[in-house]
Amino acid sequence: MNTLVFFYFAGVIVLTASLVVALRNPIYSALSLLVMFFHVAGLYVTLHAEFLAAIQIIVYAGAILVLYLFVVMLLNVKREERFHQQRTVGVFLGLTLLAEGLLLSFRGEGPKFGREQSAESVPAVVGNTEGIGEVLYSTYLFPFEIASLILLVAMIGAVILTKKGIMESKS
Amino acid sequence: MVVPITYYLMLSGLVFLIGLVGVLIRRNIIIILLSIELMLNATNINFVAFSSYLGNLSGQVFVFFALTVAAAEVAVGLAIIVALYRHSASINVDDFRLLKW
Repeated sequence: MNTLVFFYFAGVIVLTASLVVALRNPIYSALSLLVMFFHVAGLYVTLHAEFLAAIQIIVYAGAILVLYLFVVMLLNVKREERFHQQRTVGVFLGLTLLAEGLLLSFRGEGPKFGREQSAESVPAVVGNTEGIGEVLYSTYLFPFEIASLILLVAMIGAVILTKKGIMESKS
Repeated sequence: MVVPITYYLMLSGLVFLIGLVGVLIRRNIIIILLSIELMLNATNINFVAFSSYLGNLSGQVFVFFALTVAAAEVAVGLAIIVALYRHSASINVDDFRLLKW
């Protein structure tokens, strides 16, 4: 049953991810990325990461995708350009990567992880959100503050980049 | 019945590869940014799978940070796209070859 659910999510994720790259219209690409985000959130739920699933839907699907769609519709580009035309380089790189992947896949079985300490051992005591909160505000308190700083810098950068005439007025 | 972690790694590698191919072959800058989101999601799947299998919550905290960085990247990247479009009325990467040797 678990395997069936995993294969459903994995299949939809791979399908929609390739649609993001293959589709011609950027709006369709963004919408198929939305479907992919929802299925990644479902995958997180099967991995007992419920908090991250909620965050994935709220932040990615709610904020980031809306920003993408806003910019796509703001720019309204109708030109039909699609792929680069660098066939030889592409074929060479693709064959190299394919050979590497096949080599790594068939070289033998991967590392063994302890099946006895599986997913049930951690979130059974406290909930997933409480556990993440405790780790986040004790061990990772300093990176958490740095993350807030990154968001502040990104906000200032976005405002400066898009505001017209903010650089000229200084000089 | 538990899904082996190898499956999650394969899925993550596949999604990362699709994102990489998207960055390399597409010309529309918005699609390139969407492909970067694909790659970030692939690493997030990896983090969550390992966090769940090793019984350690640190991986999920790292996904949290990756999400923060993704949000910042999208804000700055889309601002750059808007500025580029205002500058030359195009979002085709072939039109921006000022830094190409």
